Amino acid sequence: MTAATGDAGNAGAMGRNLHYVAQKRRVREDRRFVTGTGKFVQDVTLPDTRHAAVLPSPYPRARILSVDTAAAEALDGVHMVLTGQQMAADCNPIRLGLKLPEVKWYPLAVDMTRYAGEWVAIVVADTAYIAEDALALIQVEYEPLAPVIDPEQAFAETDLLVHPGHGSNVLYHGHFLWGDVDGDFAAADDSLSFRARWGRSSTVPIETFGALARWDAGTEILDIWASIQMPNFVELLASTLGYPLNNIRLHQDVDVGGSYGVKRGIKQSVLVAYLARKLRMPVRLIEDRLVNMAGGDAHGPDRIFDTDVAFTNDGIIKSLKIRALDDAGAYPGRAPFQLAKPISAIVGPYTINSVKYEAISVATNKTGQVPVRGFGQAPTNYMIEMAVDAVARHLDLDRLEVRRRNLIPSDAFPYRIPSGSDYDSGDYHTVLQKGLDLARYDELLQRRDKARAEGRLAGIGIATCLEPGGGNNIFEYLMDPTAEITTFMEACEVKVDPQGRITGMMGTTTSGQGHETLFATILGEELEFDPDEIRIVHADSLSALPTRSPVASRMAIMLGGAATGAAGKIKDRAMAIAAFNLDRPAADLEYSGGTISDRNDPSRKLTWAEICFIAYRAYHKLPPGMEPGFHAQFVFQVPGGGQLPDARNRVQIYPCFSFQAHIPYVEIDPGTGKVSVLDYAIAHDCGTVINPDIVRGMVIGGLAHGIGAALYEKFAYDGEGQFLSASFADYLMPSVHEIPDVKDVEHCTPSPLTSHGQKGSGEGGYLGAPAAIASAVNDALHPLGLTILELPMRMHKIEALINDGSG
Amino acid sequence: MSQREINLSINGKTYAAAVEPRLSLLDFLRDHAGLTGTHVGCEHGVCGACSILFDGVPIRSCLMLAVQADGHAITTVEGLCNEDGAPGPLQDAFQEAHGLQCGYCTPGMLISAQALLAGNSDPSIAEIKDAIGGNLCRCTGYVQIIEAIQLAASRLREAGQ
Ligand code: FES
Ligand code: FES
Repeated sequence: MTAATGDAGNAGAMGRNLHYVAQKRRVREDRRFVTGTGKFVQDVTLPDTRHAAVLPSPYPRARILSVDTAAAEALDGVHMVLTGQQMAADCNPIRLGLKLPEVKWYPLAVDMTRYAGEWVAIVVADTAYIAEDALALIQVEYEPLAPVIDPEQAFAETDLLVHPGHGSNVLYHGHFLWGDVDGDFAAADDSLSFRARWGRSSTVPIETFGALARWDAGTEILDIWASIQMPNFVELLASTLGYPLNNIRLHQDVDVGGSYGVKRGIKQSVLVAYLARKLRMPVRLIEDRLVNMAGGDAHGPDRIFDTDVAFTNDGIIKSLKIRALDDAGAYPGRAPFQLAKPISAIVGPYTINSVKYEAISVATNKTGQVPVRGFGQAPTNYMIEMAVDAVARHLDLDRLEVRRRNLIPSDAFPYRIPSGSDYDSGDYHTVLQKGLDLARYDELLQRRDKARAEGRLAGIGIATCLEPGGGNNIFEYLMDPTAEITTFMEACEVKVDPQGRITGMMGTTTSGQGHETLFATILGEELEFDPDEIRIVHADSLSALPTRSPVASRMAIMLGGAATGAAGKIKDRAMAIAAFNLDRPAADLEYSGGTISDRNDPSRKLTWAEICFIAYRAYHKLPPGMEPGFHAQFVFQVPGGGQLPDARNRVQIYPCFSFQAHIPYVEIDPGTGKVSVLDYAIAHDCGTVINPDIVRGMVIGGLAHGIGAALYEKFAYDGEGQFLSASFADYLMPSVHEIPDVKDVEHCTPSPLTSHGQKGSGEGGYLGAPAAIASAVNDALHPLGLTILELPMRMHKIEALINDGSG
Repeated sequence: MSQREINLSINGKTYAAAVEPRLSLLDFLRDHAGLTGTHVGCEHGVCGACSILFDGVPIRSCLMLAVQADGHAITTVEGLCNEDGAPGPLQDAFQEAHGLQCGYCTPGMLISAQALLAGNSDPSIAEIKDAIGGNLCRCTGYVQIIEAIQLAASRLREAGQ
């Protein structure tokens, strides 16, 4: 085990020998999943549970003239039919990220529908089958209205408004300037402009959203089990229902069947909570797939970039002017903030001197946008990489060489970018070279050129991208100066029981990231116990210490930091007990696997069992003033930053920056426009890898997700606002046949800011793959003089581009 | 609604029940037989999360009615475990290779892999891809799933020697 920068997953950090961190060890969560004994929300059963089903609106924009529920209510087995009007009378609008008082978001449409698929009514019945039967009996009278679908039109529109009370469709419009952009453009040899479009897709977990609620009239506690991954979920639920926060108990030991950002489910949870209390019986709502896709509020960014790039004749990029117009759909939630996160890495891994950034979020008559893996960074990385490729093309320089000229050199860290982030550490040139070696880049070039000589369309993609991890949420302040939020903490509690066994308590659900393994590994490392013997539990929201949930590639950094902190307190306590009982100064004592001994006389020692006995049973042997018992809590603040932006909007939002180099190889069938991804190499650096299998899975899984966003996945609407992608047959997620054999390699540049040198890894593959695939497709089209700057690059688009130049 | 009597075997155990004719086999397994290992992903036959073995053949239980299972033998993911509920050999290989993340597609993947390995202990990558081609996984990108199936196959071959 080495302690230096270099080859990983087995690289140590901070000059320590590691026993469990970075070792190939099984992922503890896997056992319950392979045996079919995971506990997903749909697996939680309570006696007398009733089942809900929702009625979607067929119109993207319509006045609701009347809702007749009589026939549905009369159906045998139906307990209640709730309409938007009734719901709104008893709840507050769901709080949005930005303060937009006239954008009122209720769980069910009130008076007006704002997207095709918006929920208009909900039925509760003995079974889901009966509830769905009843939906067909609800009579709704609509007056259809013209919708606003195109985001540019929405931006300019003054009459056709999604939320008339708001006065326009613009939810956010901000201007940022970092550095002397005009000066840099004037001094540059050359410049170019392009438009790139990121299509509306999302993470689309295989499990839809579901929630189950029970109101306990005796304790006056609302119990809720939900497929949730969201900071502030309970706060939002409480504010919408008008409950005190401590009346709600979210059960966080529910397994979540994938999320990657989107499992927000707030309106769903408000509905079941309300109905359960009203009916005095547990109520559950499990979205079916069609309902989920159309109206589950789980779409992702949908963004148009207009970018100007200034550069020298050598291909050194000096400055960027970016206009990003994002289509948030009808109800924005936290969507606008997805324009703000990328500010933390607005120049990517490059030494770009200055940036102008105009960010616009508009409402349209589409399903609402929620946070998606990377929180807006994937579209931004795509745009930045397209800029680098465009410069190379313009100057007729090699794309690789242009990247090498612009990548931040390894001796420049910590590196401050114009928008104020200090990139913590990195070795971009080495990682890129590792990727090239893994891809056998020279052979790949020959393979491409041979394919071209044989008349095929072949291309190599290159993308070098960043993954910010562990953010402090200060981006809210950048968009809303009344939001003085400067922490996004994570906490844990560690208990040692009278037997000496260790239990770690975390406070959030988990959705495939292996947090229990992460937590146990770090506790084992720090306390020198086998992680497999450490129990990890998910405390419910009333019992848990503060958590901000597994968003923002943060858990390795944040839960890792909290676990290390709590383990340190446990050791300190053990030391204090030993020092008192051995009558030696703590400085003379040594901790090893729970036993504490005198360095000078190892026969003088206190075993772990003895320490535990004293802590729980022998008050007279505790140092004076020490409380009995053996546990520790630790609340970890995001490292670095913690301050509001300066007068020029410069701020540290994310502490850690992981890096990846993607090199795919594609061929395109000119007849059909079908892109085949035939090879893929990725070199990845997230500092110290806590568990190699988990990180590898995240990298490759994210990459596959990115291939989907690049080539297949789209929530499509027609010009009239009808939703066209409600089923898996229309949305098109990649199957195993669309994913190539991926070659991957890790590099380790430890972060100086984290407990073991780790950085985030949950988003990285996804943050670079769309850019890399777009780069490869454009390389393949280059001999034809064609480019495509719109995702997804579905086959009919490419076919049209090749065969009539229209795209 | 009128009910129909059905008798079937699930994981070697006999079940008798009266069900509505419209009840899906998937909902029967989960809500009536209490076997929640089989998952619901799309209910329109694309994702494969609901896969089970039906007389040894992998099928999608969301596309079948419970009454159609009358007189047939079904294996679900729970039936791949050892007697004591511990992971069976294929499940153990998925653990070892970390062929999963959130675990939601996993039961369906295991069923498809089980069907493959039952007839072929030395599958090529192309054969593995064909076997799981109808199972969507959002988490893994499939690579570690393929590796898990390869590991299970190699252990199977070793055990057979
Ligand atoms: S749930 Fe049966 S195939 Fe998706
Ligand atoms: S492991 Fe999550 S969907 Fe496959």
